[in-house]
Amino acid sequence: MADLTLRVNGSEKKVSVSPETPLLWVLRDTLELTGTKFGCGAGLCGACTVHVDGNPIRSCSTPVSQVAGKSVLTIEGLGANGLHVLQQAWIAEEVPQCGYCQTGQIMSAAALLAKTPQPTDEQITAAMNGNLCRCGTYERIRKAIHRAAGNGGAQ
Amino acid sequence: MSPLSRREFVAAGVAAGAGLVIGFYLPHKSGSHADSFSPNAYLRITPDNKVTIVVARSEMGQGVRTALPMILAEELEADWKQIEIEQAGASTLYGDQTTGGSASIRTTWDPMRKAGASAREMLISAAALTWNVPRSTCTAENSHIKHAATNRSLSYGELVARAATLPIPTDVTLKQSKDYKIVGQRLPRVDSPAKVKGEAIFGIDFRVPDMKFAALARCPTIGGKVAAFDDKESKKIPGVTYIGKISDSAVAVVAESVWGAMEGRRVLNVTWDEGPNKDLNTAAVMAALKQAASKKPANLFLAGDPAKAAGRKISAEYTLPFMAHAPMEPGNCTAHYQGSKCELWAPTQVPQDCRDSVATAIGLDPDQVKVNVTLMGGGFGRRLEHDYAVEAALVSKAINAPVKVIWTREDDMRFSTYRPASLHQLSATLDGSGTPIALTHRLIAPSISGQKGQPTPNGVDPDLPDEAGPVYGIPNYSVDYVMAETPVPLGWMRSVYALQAAFALESFIDELAVAAGKDPLQYRLKLLAKDQDLTYFTTTWHTARMRTVLQLAAEKSGWDKPLPVGHFRGVACFGCFASYMAEVVEITMENDQPRVHRVVAVVDCGQVVNPAILEQQIQGGIVYGLGNALRAKITIEKGRVVQGNFDDYAPLRMEETPAVEVYAVPTAEVPTGIGEPSVPPVAPALCNAIYAATKKRIRALPILS
Repeated sequence: MADLTLRVNGSEKKVSVSPETPLLWVLRDTLELTGTKFGCGAGLCGACTVHVDGNPIRSCSTPVSQVAGKSVLTIEGLGANGLHVLQQAWIAEEVPQCGYCQTGQIMSAAALLAKTPQPTDEQITAAMNGNLCRCGTYERIRKAIHRAAGNGGAQ
Repeated sequence: MSPLSRREFVAAGVAAGAGLVIGFYLPHKSGSHADSFSPNAYLRITPDNKVTIVVARSEMGQGVRTALPMILAEELEADWKQIEIEQAGASTLYGDQTTGGSASIRTTWDPMRKAGASAREMLISAAALTWNVPRSTCTAENSHIKHAATNRSLSYGELVARAATLPIPTDVTLKQSKDYKIVGQRLPRVDSPAKVKGEAIFGIDFRVPDMKFAALARCPTIGGKVAAFDDKESKKIPGVTYIGKISDSAVAVVAESVWGAMEGRRVLNVTWDEGPNKDLNTAAVMAALKQAASKKPANLFLAGDPAKAAGRKISAEYTLPFMAHAPMEPGNCTAHYQGSKCELWAPTQVPQDCRDSVATAIGLDPDQVKVNVTLMGGGFGRRLEHDYAVEAALVSKAINAPVKVIWTREDDMRFSTYRPASLHQLSATLDGSGTPIALTHRLIAPSISGQKGQPTPNGVDPDLPDEAGPVYGIPNYSVDYVMAETPVPLGWMRSVYALQAAFALESFIDELAVAAGKDPLQYRLKLLAKDQDLTYFTTTWHTARMRTVLQLAAEKSGWDKPLPVGHFRGVACFGCFASYMAEVVEITMENDQPRVHRVVAVVDCGQVVNPAILEQQIQGGIVYGLGNALRAKITIEKGRVVQGNFDDYAPLRMEETPAVEVYAVPTAEVPTGIGEPSVPPVAPALCNAIYAATKKRIRALPILS
């Protein structure tokens, strides 16, 4: 066990866990931030995507010790001052069906827009291809990202 | 007028201040009726003007929490913003609570409307009595009853106390579709805000105070058992609190955290008794299907006498593999065993099956087991099983504490219940113009229900009546079924047998069109040219409706217009779950692999309740179906499922997803299924496009095997 200090959604959090524990389970079990989802445990589906120092990472495959002292952003912290523009776009485009993968999708999209405010279709595909959705919402995700980017949903 | 028997409704009792409560019955399957009336849904209108529908239809992404209230609100003339759905858990008081079979809208359409209309009429009566005016001078609108002549108005909340004392009307007039204000509108889904904020609580997110977590080591060979286990290493993992055999085939590792349980299981050393299937492989399964093909079949549909038809004979065989549902949320269930009772929180499509199987497993009566239904991260039929619930209850009983059992993705892939592998033998007799005057389709597959010990009347799997119906007017036509056997666990996966039946039939129709030298879409239209009603079990299929769907698909896809160089099209149409569907797939070939650019999907599913949800279901079904067609394949080696995660069982990703255009035939016919009908046509339409591009016929799925 190790005592670690994490910075999650702007707050310092002290946790006492095995250092190899994936960040995902520390977020979900220890900090009770269950908006980040478990899908594959192998970095193959993107449901567990969070930001570490602004970069999207797969928290299911990231030992918590690697993020000690770094800044972690989860879906719960994304729209700290109300809904993030992507969350608004997700609602406007009626993206979610079962909704399970959507928090991971939104975190991947948020990382994309932070670096590329006006992404092309190709840039969206490249950024989002690692996020699986079994309900098949991909085309509405694409539209929602365009909408959030101020492209009015145009492609 | 719609006659309303007293048997359909009960006043559910009026507790002080509870307002107006009406109980009604929602059947699970189309056309089914409760043997004795037992309500499984309630409409409650409270003095604060809120309308609540208590109903056991699980939300797994298909939009029931939005669409079902829309149906009732329409007849109730309710303020849409004041209505909400409350999830009912399993109860011995309720009728069938299963969610599946694309049944939620089609089976609730009538009872939901009647319940809303009955309440509306009672509220009108209450207002008329209050004002001492004739009922006919009162109107219902936006959760108020109005009396125009005197400009008076009372809210439903103000009227419920009086309404609750009145008899439930024995007949009510239902609205006509032209007067709909809510049904047919693109109302936003009520569950979206919580889902995008990460606040929606799925089964895996639900917590009970002091809950433990468990991972199970299950025997990897089908039908094998635990011989012995050594837990020395597992006990060294921090937080592991319990290791024990909980069934013949599984050892549970319980810990203070999910990760502790997973790690404890990883280092657990189990010796397996591999059992009778340790040498089973996919080749043997497929050989068994081939062998079964010569068994006496059960007839599903017969017109004329195909054996007597004379002309050019064409035959072909098609095969499909086992497939896994793979919903995004892996299996899980939370259970709290407390001696004389057990409470569960289950992401499930079958709360009552969970209750009953848990009761049996842990030695309680069903009414000592309470099942709460959580949101589901996809279902696709996987959650029509109840294995996760039984596991959770057994572990909770073993440790005498609340516990959540969590499956990993590999658990989900390897211990699923699979879409049955199948073999199809089709043959046709063509006349001089190339038109089939006879067609036979023999479907050889193990029975899902049969394997589970459920009834298979006359040797017919009970799902086939919804999933393998005829739509073409071929004068000599037979569809039959041979029930094969397999030890591989079987389950109902989205569109069930319709996927197999459509792949075989619609590929074969394309082969016939090629043999006849005809355009495949025009060829199909010719088979639908004459208006015919084809009765298949309890459903009557109308060639006219499929013809309209196919014509619209031709128009919207621009079938008659030339494509860009290198682009090719394929078409397929199919009827299942009482809906009619046609799809046109446009592709290019890149490195011998198809790239799908565009899919035009046309449906006749009767009255559309919410067009936005309809589009979601159809787009999603096509993405799901493309994944099935291209790569979905579960194989068995040495009695074990080979695939484990999203690398070797790879669903469609964004880069492969085409633009999907959805069109619904405008109609006021009774609504039919929409969760599944878009899945079956996409594989044959894609394979037919591949044929157009390459002249290679794909007779075995998946395409990229």
